[in-house]
Amino acid sequence: MLQQYDPKGFFDEMLDERGDSRPHYRKFRQCFEGMTPDEFDHKRQSVDLAFLRQGVTFNVYGDSAGTEKIFPFDLLPRIISAKEWEGLERGLVQRITALNLFLHDIYHEQKIIKDGIIPPFYILTGKHFRREFVNFNVPKDIYIHVCGTDLIRGADGGWMVLEDNGRCPSGVSYVLENRRAMKRSFPAMFEQIGVRPVEHYPQELLKMLQHIAPAGVADPTVALLTPGAYNSAYFEHTYLARQMGIEIVEGRDLLVRDARVFMRTTKGLRPVHVIYRRIDDDFLDPTVFRRDSMLGVPGIVNAYRAGNVSLANSIGTGIADDKVMYYFVPRMIKYYLDQEPIIPNVPTYLASEDADKKYILENLTQLVVKAANESGGYGMLMGPKATKEEIEKFRGAIEKDPRNYVAQPMISLSRHPTHIENGTFEGRHVDLRPYIIYGEKISIVPGGLTRVALRKGSLVVNSSQGGGSKDTWVLYGDE
Amino acid sequence: MLSRVANCLYWMSRYIERAENIARIVDVNLQLLLDFRNLDEQRLAEHWLPIVLATGDEKQFFELHKNATGQAVTEFLVWQTDNPNSIISSIYQARENARMVRDQIPVEFWEELNRLYWFMRTPQARQSWKDSPTDFFQQIKGSSLLLVGLSRATSIRNEGWYFAEAGKFLERADKTSRILDVRHVTLPEKGAPVAVSQAEALEWSAILRSCSGWDAYKSIHGAEVHPKLVAEFLIYSDEFPRSVQFCVTGLNDALRKISKVPEGKFCNDAEKLAGRLIAELQFSTIDEVFAQGLHAYLDLLQVKLNDIGGAMFNAYIFQPFTNLEEEIMVQQEEQQQQSA
Repeated sequence: MLQQYDPKGFFDEMLDERGDSRPHYRKFRQCFEGMTPDEFDHKRQSVDLAFLRQGVTFNVYGDSAGTEKIFPFDLLPRIISAKEWEGLERGLVQRITALNLFLHDIYHEQKIIKDGIIPPFYILTGKHFRREFVNFNVPKDIYIHVCGTDLIRGADGGWMVLEDNGRCPSGVSYVLENRRAMKRSFPAMFEQIGVRPVEHYPQELLKMLQHIAPAGVADPTVALLTPGAYNSAYFEHTYLARQMGIEIVEGRDLLVRDARVFMRTTKGLRPVHVIYRRIDDDFLDPTVFRRDSMLGVPGIVNAYRAGNVSLANSIGTGIADDKVMYYFVPRMIKYYLDQEPIIPNVPTYLASEDADKKYILENLTQLVVKAANESGGYGMLMGPKATKEEIEKFRGAIEKDPRNYVAQPMISLSRHPTHIENGTFEGRHVDLRPYIIYGEKISIVPGGLTRVALRKGSLVVNSSQGGGSKDTWVLYGDE
Repeated sequence: MLSRVANCLYWMSRYIERAENIARIVDVNLQLLLDFRNLDEQRLAEHWLPIVLATGDEKQFFELHKNATGQAVTEFLVWQTDNPNSIISSIYQARENARMVRDQIPVEFWEELNRLYWFMRTPQARQSWKDSPTDFFQQIKGSSLLLVGLSRATSIRNEGWYFAEAGKFLERADKTSRILDVRHVTLPEKGAPVAVSQAEALEWSAILRSCSGWDAYKSIHGAEVHPKLVAEFLIYSDEFPRSVQFCVTGLNDALRKISKVPEGKFCNDAEKLAGRLIAELQFSTIDEVFAQGLHAYLDLLQVKLNDIGGAMFNAYIFQPFTNLEEEIMVQQEEQQQQSA
């Protein structure tokens, strides 16, 4: 089915320039070529139908016609060899370790500032730096409990970190559901090819949540705090809660008395000890952060400060998501761990450094400009593809608030064969988001979420902007 | 169990039951029309209007429609999302509630409810309704009954189950009483009718069929259809699973499983009211009902059922959700006292 496929122009995950499979794709290709286009199409449709029937959907904001959509799923898996994964894993562990040390430091001694590694200006002006939490000790000194780090591969096939998501990264439920769908569709392949499982993610997550319980609580009650059924990731919230066997609560289900958190049950109030919150800091507690938040729980921050409830992720991790801080991560790795970064950053220019700013403004048509604190593919300028107006709009914004912008060269993301229609396949750009859990130890479920930009030529993989996903297979071996 | 979760389970099963019962009412009335000839507009309105009245949504109806034609009434009861109690709205609501408590319900149950929801959103659903309303209603009923069966066969019997049971029985008792009330304009205000015309007999058997009770009724009373016997069957039978008495007993059992308070005692108003209603049903007769007037009796019965629902809400769900400003004040006071 891949005869017409053109792997050229970009780094292709599956095929080399001559159209031969890379070694770790060979077994899959054999199985895949043994299938007729009709068989493939049939499997594709039945997977889509199953997702709709099971309600594996995400909510689309501002779309009243069909507010729920299935996350488009492509049946061709993205495959990573054991050796390659081993390197990525080490790189990710290194990175989350450094980020945690960084957060602990800037919320305590701030040595990295005093030693002149990061200018204080950048931290103190960080939109998500929570100065209320300076000198506060988070349980077990862990800040980022769940991290979704976005990885990409450039033209030469080298891996790079695109961004760190240290607040509430979403998408892991699709990793689990995609795998289930693939196992149903191609049961024989898994055994033949040797794919490492991902199904233990909920157990790992629960273990971590129990690990951070307040001292002295032997049998902690763990709950997942969701913004509610209209949040785009609501499916994921119920999915994880069900898989972990914990209560899923909304802000209005919780109540704080005497700096302790309780949930309202049919038998009265019951204490809650650990909260896996899928609400941003800003909305968590209207007595501390945004007063107009209807999603949060008044007093929960006070309970957290009193050590009566643990939160994952901790409050204040957003500063590590700041795209300006991203620039400094390689320096953090050097400073705290005395190591070279195993997975490099994408070269980045800071608009608030004069030389960089000059370069950015002169080369806007070549660069990707990002707002420091936006996500989901919003607040971004793709220079080479932008209109004149868009470029001028960003020029003005950068001049006005340089602290809030960074720029990167346009990376030609690697591509992966992807089903387009009627049994034809074309290369589409992909990234990879592994999910890292930091509890008693750091554990990473093999692979992660491979997102694919389904629109031809598009580099934006976000689900809100026409992205889809693939199952990600990490092999036991290298072939 | 979280109060909000209990509330969702309760409403989820109420709405499923509601969708099924509306399908029953509309279906039987459409079929009934086939038995009559030469109906003028006046007669048609007399046929359809009571059905709207029985659902208790006449105000809503006349905001949306001028006349109670068959077209308008069925549209209103089946498809109109502006009617919060239409079949489509009920299915949407049931699914929305289920979605909020997906971790509490069996996967198969969720998938069937979700399938029904997506089916209602397809153009095929409307087409199937146009082509053969009976087949369409059969689908709705079938899906609802499948859901009832699925939950019986797969749900763990925890508190949540009993909240869902309570919702189901409360809704069913209410709807049976409303179906029974559909022909009340043909009855004398007080007392039972003496003679019953053939057309009336057909209408009363339609009531039984609305409740899937025709065969059960025949096995007890033969083919003779009399309003008094029909009413007695649908209110007092302790063997027929859609009768008021049967449902209130089921509701009472569910309430006692939730609180674990034995029969003969009560720990909240819901149990008190349910127990009282059962006693009334046990120690009254159909002659007394007709002496009071069937419509008046059923009206009062519906109020009592409503009160039980309200009392349940107060006992289990409604621990006053404090308003935000007040709650912020409370937190500030608490924190000041701690630092003092």
